[in-house]
Amino acid sequence: MDDGRPIFLQIAARLEDDILAGTMPEESQVPSINEMAAFYRINPATALKGVQRLVDAGVLYKRRGIGMFVATGAQAQLLDERRRAFQEDFLRPVAAQARALGITPARLAELIEKEMEK
Amino acid sequence: MTTIIETTGLTKRYRGVTAVNDVSVALSGPGIHGLLGRNGAGKTTLMQLISGQEFATSGEVRVFGESPVENAGVLRRTCFIKESQVYPDGFKGKHVLKTGPWFFEHWNEELAQQLVADFRVPVNRVIKKMSRGQRSALGAVIGIASRAELTLLDEPYAGLDAVARRLFYDHLLADYTEHPRTILLSTHLIDEAAALLERVLVIDAGAIVIDEDADTLRGTATTLAGRATDVDAFASGREVLDRSRLGGLATVTVTGLTDADLAAAAAAGLELSPVSLQQLIVRRTGAPIEIEEAS
Repeated sequence: MDDGRPIFLQIAARLEDDILAGTMPEESQVPSINEMAAFYRINPATALKGVQRLVDAGVLYKRRGIGMFVATGAQAQLLDERRRAFQEDFLRPVAAQARALGITPARLAELIEKEMEK
Repeated sequence: MTTIIETTGLTKRYRGVTAVNDVSVALSGPGIHGLLGRNGAGKTTLMQLISGQEFATSGEVRVFGESPVENAGVLRRTCFIKESQVYPDGFKGKHVLKTGPWFFEHWNEELAQQLVADFRVPVNRVIKKMSRGQRSALGAVIGIASRAELTLLDEPYAGLDAVARRLFYDHLLADYTEHPRTILLSTHLIDEAAALLERVLVIDAGAIVIDEDADTLRGTATTLAGRATDVDAFASGREVLDRSRLGGLATVTVTGLTDADLAAAAAAGLELSPVSLQQLIVRRTGAPIEIEEAS
């Protein structure tokens, strides 16, 4: 695991990334807690905590005795959440940097447009 | 959950030195926990008290609800791998392995053989002639294969190279997930072992200074960098663990920031970076923990 954030948050974020990217399609089974613990070399209790976060959010659901699955609608739900966080997480720092460098809003819009056409 | 270890006011004094000072901790149920601290902080003494190898000067220790001292019922369920284990003269690796099933009721011979092969322990060599790493590997084999309900591992990988340490983590985790039990691991390679730990106990000068869930602990501190005036303004009134200054720039490590605080700091133009468990513990214990280079 990479940064200083609590590991369970990193686990939850990675699962979200996989669901968003379609690597883990809806209604597919997600790896077991023990598999995740071995793969990431983390305490199983930590893996469980990360998964539980997504269960609480309705992104994953449990089938007793079988395992954990990606809920239908999970991808759309996560996309919605990420879009809402986009302004704060990405645009705000860009705007702050643009201001510091004297880049006008019009110029910034131009740059973004050019970047997105690539 | 059943209480595995419980100490109350546990104290061990040697002539003029208080090695363990008024320690009250409780560990219950299965889990992999870390006992962290600098050299000489009291990690080994605490483990010796827990495994009944030392008598407490005052206070009490209970393992599986009973005193561990001279208590076969408790010791049969406990495995203590010491950093500097002394074996009888002439003992070879295979002799030690042979004693495994005599002392540990859950000993798994197949696993022991697998581990010996993976760690490449020269079992036909006299232990005295083994390298430090080979002796550590032998200890790791016994610690894992014992499957003891309480396993105390004191610096289990002193002298092990990076490959062997990774093997150790993988085997420990794999066997733990299949056979959950209580494992207390002492180490000063904190960042390397951090992700394996559920709970972290930090001992400094004999006293427990941190007893916290590893994940909770990880999120508790943040380093802020920026213009000294901005940094100081933000840090005032908060618990500062560390502070440094370079000309007009400053960095501080502060605890207890909420999401709103973090957003405010970012908006004020401060650069935020997370603090690793190792950095956090180094700062909390006031002085650097010896950091062994990965060899």
